[in-house]
Order: sequence, then C-alpha cells, then structure tokens
Amino acid sequence: MSLNNKMQLKFLSISKNEAFARNVVGCFVLQLNPSLAELADIKTAVSDAVTNCIVHGYGQTIGEIILEAEISDSTVHIKVLDQGVGISDLSVAMEPFYTTRPDEERSGMGFTIMQSFMDNVSVKSALGKGTEVCMKKNIGEKKEGA
Amino acid sequence: MEIKYKKNGSNVMVQIHGELDEYSAVKAKTIIPQIINDNLYCNSFIFDLSGLTFMDSTGIGLLIGRYKKLKQNGIQAYISGASIAAGKVVVLAGIYKIMPKC
Repeated sequence: MSLNNKMQLKFLSISKNEAFARNVVGCFVLQLNPSLAELADIKTAVSDAVTNCIVHGYGQTIGEIILEAEISDSTVHIKVLDQGVGISDLSVAMEPFYTTRPDEERSGMGFTIMQSFMDNVSVKSALGKGTEVCMKKNIGEKKEGA
Repeated sequence: MEIKYKKNGSNVMVQIHGELDEYSAVKAKTIIPQIINDNLYCNSFIFDLSGLTFMDSTGIGLLIGRYKKLKQNGIQAYISGASIAAGKVVVLAGIYKIMPKC
C-alpha cells in the first residue's frame, strides 16, 4: 500500500527538544511499519541532525529549527533546517570524528551517523545562512506479525 | 536518564538507563566522572548499556571522554549490553576497539 503524507514541525533550538523532535518523526514513520532497527536508525539520525542545529548552528543563542518529513510510497524524506551560523567547509565538517569543539567531548560523528543510518544525506550550508540537512530512508515491509 | 553503579571487588559497573542524548548527557557528564574519581583504585570499569533505550553520537563523545580518563589512571574500560538502541552507534564509532565488549 502506498501512502503519501507529510508533516512540518517548528521548535526552539533548546536541548530538551531533541527527544521531542526524534519522537515526532518516529511516530510519523510508524505508518510505514518500520522494524525496530529502522525506527532506531531514523530517530538517531534525526536526533543528531537536530543536535547539530542546537549546538553548532545556534550555539549560545536560541533560534528556530524546522523539521519536515514526507512519506512517498515506502520512503521517508526528512529535512532539518536552521538559520544558524552555517558551515564554512562542508567536506571537512562531514569527516568522521571532526569537531570544532574537541574540548567539549564531542565525538564528531553526527554526520557519519546520518550517512550510515539513512539511505542518502545531502547538506546545504553557507556561512551566515544556516544549514539544511536532507535525508531519506526506504522502509521495508513488516517482516512478521506482531 | 538514570545512572546506577555497583562494585564487585576491584571492578565497577556503571549502568546507564533511559535515553542518552545531548540533553541528558549534561547529567551523565557530572555523575559518571564523580563515580570514576571515587573509584580510581579499581582495575576495570564496565559501562552497561543494556538499559539504554536511545543513544546518538553524544553518547560516543561521553564514552570516549570517560575512556581517556580511565586510561590515564591505568583502568581498563569495557562495554556491555549495547542492543538495538546503542549497539549500532557503538559499532560505527569503533568503540569496541578501545573498550572491548564484555
């Protein structure tokens, strides 16, 4: 059965909203009957994308994050946008373990997790113009009952 | 997110329950270092992740940070119980290479 559906959520870039955002997307994709592993993948990727907006995009300031999700057949397309500081060098930023804040015990694995857990990730960003992360994942059919 | 710990001779097990993300890591980064500082005499630390229902890359930073402190004090660190919620993240980051599974 193919479904077409979409949602948009706008929220402040405060840390307690990480769980809120990933659970909203988690609930939204339930209509595709994801496996527990697929659900965990999506929620983790969203959590890392949102965390990047909060920690790096807005830093000490508070701004707005827009989270969009669209279901097309068995694929969920997710977009996470901020109007924060932007990323000067995307290729460097997306390297595994790269972080601008090593003194804060940051793993630098956020983008690596998104790329590994989702089927496709694309990022647009420019200094002073915010960042847009687009990712998608195809969800398999439910394997077994219950 | 709750943190519990127990000692068994010269081994300490730290159990992390609930969701570990940027928000809850603030609490973990206060509690776990204190547990380590109170047990610098021990031989090994096990981070039991079986009670974790969620972990993103924040958890990796936390674990690596604790590993460095333990290593400085000659204490071996291990990971146990990482399941669906945390297991894939731990494997992806190569954490088992420095903190073996037990």
